[in-house]
Amino acid sequence: MINIDITKELHGANGAMQLVFQAAIKKGEFVALSGKSGSGKTTLLRILAGLEKADGTISVEQKEWLHADKSLPPQKREIGFVFQDYALFDNMTIEQNLLYVAKDTKLANQLLEITELSSMKKRYPHALSGGQKQRVSICRALMKRPKILLLDEPLSALDPAMRTKLQNELLLLHKEFGTTTVMVSHDPSEIYRLANRVIVLQNGKIINDGSPKEILLKTQGSQKFSFEGELLDIKKVDVIYIAIVAIGQQLVEVVVSSQEAKNLQVGTNITLSTKAFSPIITQI
Amino acid sequence: MDFEPFIISFKLAALTAFILFCIALPLAWYLSQSKSRAKPFLEAVTALPIVLPPSVLGFYILWALSYNSPIGAFFEDTFGIKLVFSFTGLVVASCFYSLPFMVQPLQNGFESINQNMLAASYIAGKSKIQTIFQVALPNMKPAVMTAIIITFAHTVGEFGVVLMVGGSIPGETKVASVAIYEMVETMDYTSAHIYSAVMVGISFVVLLSVYIFNAHQTRRFGL
Repeated sequence: MINIDITKELHGANGAMQLVFQAAIKKGEFVALSGKSGSGKTTLLRILAGLEKADGTISVEQKEWLHADKSLPPQKREIGFVFQDYALFDNMTIEQNLLYVAKDTKLANQLLEITELSSMKKRYPHALSGGQKQRVSICRALMKRPKILLLDEPLSALDPAMRTKLQNELLLLHKEFGTTTVMVSHDPSEIYRLANRVIVLQNGKIINDGSPKEILLKTQGSQKFSFEGELLDIKKVDVIYIAIVAIGQQLVEVVVSSQEAKNLQVGTNITLSTKAFSPIITQI
Repeated sequence: MDFEPFIISFKLAALTAFILFCIALPLAWYLSQSKSRAKPFLEAVTALPIVLPPSVLGFYILWALSYNSPIGAFFEDTFGIKLVFSFTGLVVASCFYSLPFMVQPLQNGFESINQNMLAASYIAGKSKIQTIFQVALPNMKPAVMTAIIITFAHTVGEFGVVLMVGGSIPGETKVASVAIYEMVETMDYTSAHIYSAVMVGISFVVLLSVYIFNAHQTRRFGL
């Protein structure tokens, strides 16, 4: 059980704000931290890691990590941290990167096996692709068999296919090592697939906390389909208006009436919903 | 041809570079990691020898190390070391004179390192010392190289401070730059030409090797 109750004054892009975070995380949980950039997610991870100071308390399985003025240094906290920019040791080979954390060749080989990096263990980080670097970074974080694994947008820089592959590996490792994982992520499908709890931050405060299904599914009332998107353009074609909406990575065209077209503003976020009685699902 | 002044120059430069590396390493690390209000103050003090005339520096060092000051008296009474007009005094003076040339490249090097890399090392359970020697320094080899070589070259090239603190005792404090000055004064232009040409040649080779090394490192690691 991890009990977190902290506050910290932040000076972000939107001026000063107070980060207030209070939550109890169960052992083995996979928590996704979500929210706009500048809402304090990364800072929270860094506080958990002991890289930044904060007021309040953090206790992990009866051990005080942060209490009053006493803060356990990062060296003594049993954590693994995966940085957004990987932060691999450039002067060491992949294998040395892992062994620097713990002299456990067996574990290193096991991790490299799971992530299909065994054949590259003698290479240096600069000779790896982004996805490979990220896998090394995840392996390195697990070398200490951490109590808590902290992931700062671990997959945001990767292409969709690589993302899906690494998501599966992450889930596998999370289960295999029985760690408690806290991951910053913006990607709803990633959160849905990996996490069993989502905490949404806004301006340093928790505004939502629950299961991914409760929080991410936008369907309400009798509507069967509902999507949030950005209105990119409204075009007049003969007598009708066509709105172009970006939903996630996809663009769709929707016919709107002239009255609707007047009321809609290009560039705003909108909800697109329909009552669908028999949706057709086809595999691609 | 008497090469003793060159030997003294290089001995002085090597010793200064070694001692300064040991002193400047913790200082540069502190400056690179510190967010304290004292930092600009410390940085300014460190940079002073760059802007001060060598005579000012020489005067203060002479005044501080002579037997009339507590420091000079302490060293002479306790260890029997005379700090002015001696090789030891030259080393002390050179350390002050070349301090910024060691500190600044090292500080820039530490600052250019991805701070998350250092954080990753702490999280891996490694101390600051381990992190500096196993992660920071190996990833900033060009900066380390530049710091050592520039300090070395700058010490070989110093003139004013050496003359004031060391004088020109043959075999003890007469370095190459001072020797050349005396040759010009005594109108021995042939020797001055040879000495000066040797200085230009050595300095050029030293600098060239630094730049070649750094270019090679950049190509190899994309540092």
